[in-house]
Amino acid sequence: MKKLLILSLIFACLSAHAQKYVSEKSFVSFFSDALLEDITADNKKASSIINTATNDIAFSIPIKEFQFAKSLMQEHFNEKYMESDKYPKSTFQGKLNGFDMKSTSVQNVKATGKLTIHGVTKDVEIPGTIEVKDSKIYVKSKFIVKVADYKVEIPTVVFQNIAEQVEVTVDFVYKPQ
Amino acid sequence: MKKIILLFILLPFFANAQEDLLGELEKEKTKETDYTFATFKGTRLVNGHTIETKNAGSLEFIFQHRFGALDGGLYEMFGLDEAYVRLGLDYGITDNLSVSIGRNSADKIMDGYLKYKILKQSSGEKNMPFSITALGGAAYSISPKKDDEPEGFKSVDRLAYTGQLLIARKITSNLSLQLMPTFIHKNAVNKFAEKNDQIAIGFGGRLKVTKSVALTTEYYYRLDPPDNDLLASVGDEKRYNALGFGIDIETGGHVFQLVLTNTSSLTERTVITETNGDFFGGDIHLGFNVTRTFQLKKNK
Repeated sequence: MKKLLILSLIFACLSAHAQKYVSEKSFVSFFSDALLEDITADNKKASSIINTATNDIAFSIPIKEFQFAKSLMQEHFNEKYMESDKYPKSTFQGKLNGFDMKSTSVQNVKATGKLTIHGVTKDVEIPGTIEVKDSKIYVKSKFIVKVADYKVEIPTVVFQNIAEQVEVTVDFVYKPQ
Repeated sequence: MKKIILLFILLPFFANAQEDLLGELEKEKTKETDYTFATFKGTRLVNGHTIETKNAGSLEFIFQHRFGALDGGLYEMFGLDEAYVRLGLDYGITDNLSVSIGRNSADKIMDGYLKYKILKQSSGEKNMPFSITALGGAAYSISPKKDDEPEGFKSVDRLAYTGQLLIARKITSNLSLQLMPTFIHKNAVNKFAEKNDQIAIGFGGRLKVTKSVALTTEYYYRLDPPDNDLLASVGDEKRYNALGFGIDIETGGHVFQLVLTNTSSLTERTVITETNGDFFGGDIHLGFNVTRTFQLKKNK
């Protein structure tokens, strides 16, 4: 019995380790449909991890790595809106509901958890799809973030209209850790 | 019973994995270098340059403007009757190298600069306490007219050169300070009163008041200035160190800089070595620097 216990402990450790998947490719972008010009930016430096044993998922997105078409816009995004010196990262930590690791089809799932942007944390529910293929996990999601929810202030001297909500697109590929 | 014990032993493993996913992400990340950005709002502090250069592919149109001295009284509409202008273009060839040309109506000077970012303030993997930008410029005065040239005047006499190191540190997100050792060579001077080579040290800074508004100041201290009495004896005006204060207001692609300074010209040679106004004697000029940035080449 003792041997069995130790054995299962070791297994538990091992399996817990193998049940983690880390992002090997990441893509986060946002799109905002403003009056004067559409604002869009891409980020390929985000990282994420999934624990398939518990269906936990976490994201970390470095704000300064968002690339804009216009350098000045990127500077304003970091300096005025996101204050990325103070809040360098946006994070999400939550659970994947309805995710079955054994299924081979594309699954519709909902991630519930805490989204932190600009230092403000909100409970959110984010819809998305997951597919398990060749021992890799593919996660895709599209959701709306309201700028005001995260206390991102838009200075009043800015003449150009900035949209109050942005559409965020997430596209990640995970491999076993 | 034993099963329950097993469960309890195993439980921490799961709980642990659940709690610390984010922490694990942080651990996995290799240490990266975080470069400081937006040390100053624009490429100009008040009259002189900042360490900032234009990013690759962006073109800045700069319109600079200095009125006459405020102490001109109502007759001169407190300086507004008189105005000097500099129109310029700054272009980013790469993120670190930019080129600029301009025309200043004071003395009818054409000027050109190259600015190169030698060091960028950073933290993290690479730690660098300062940003350093080197500036090299030449200014060509079109005045006097060819027909009015004095005896023995050659066209090289119209030229002056500027070499500057701009050293800055963004101390907090609101406060940036800059030091500007400056060397100026003028091809033609009145050798009785003035030297060809002159050195000055500039000090300056900006304090952000809100996200879009900042206060700036700039002072150029001449290390070996020509004697004002000697200058007077050859018919030149008195000269002072250039001092200026400004308010930067940023709106989208524009930066408006509203300045008060004792100089009415806008190139290094004239600002640093030929400022005629006594700031504390009331020779204060109101002025504007207005910039508009155009992205000519998109980043992707």
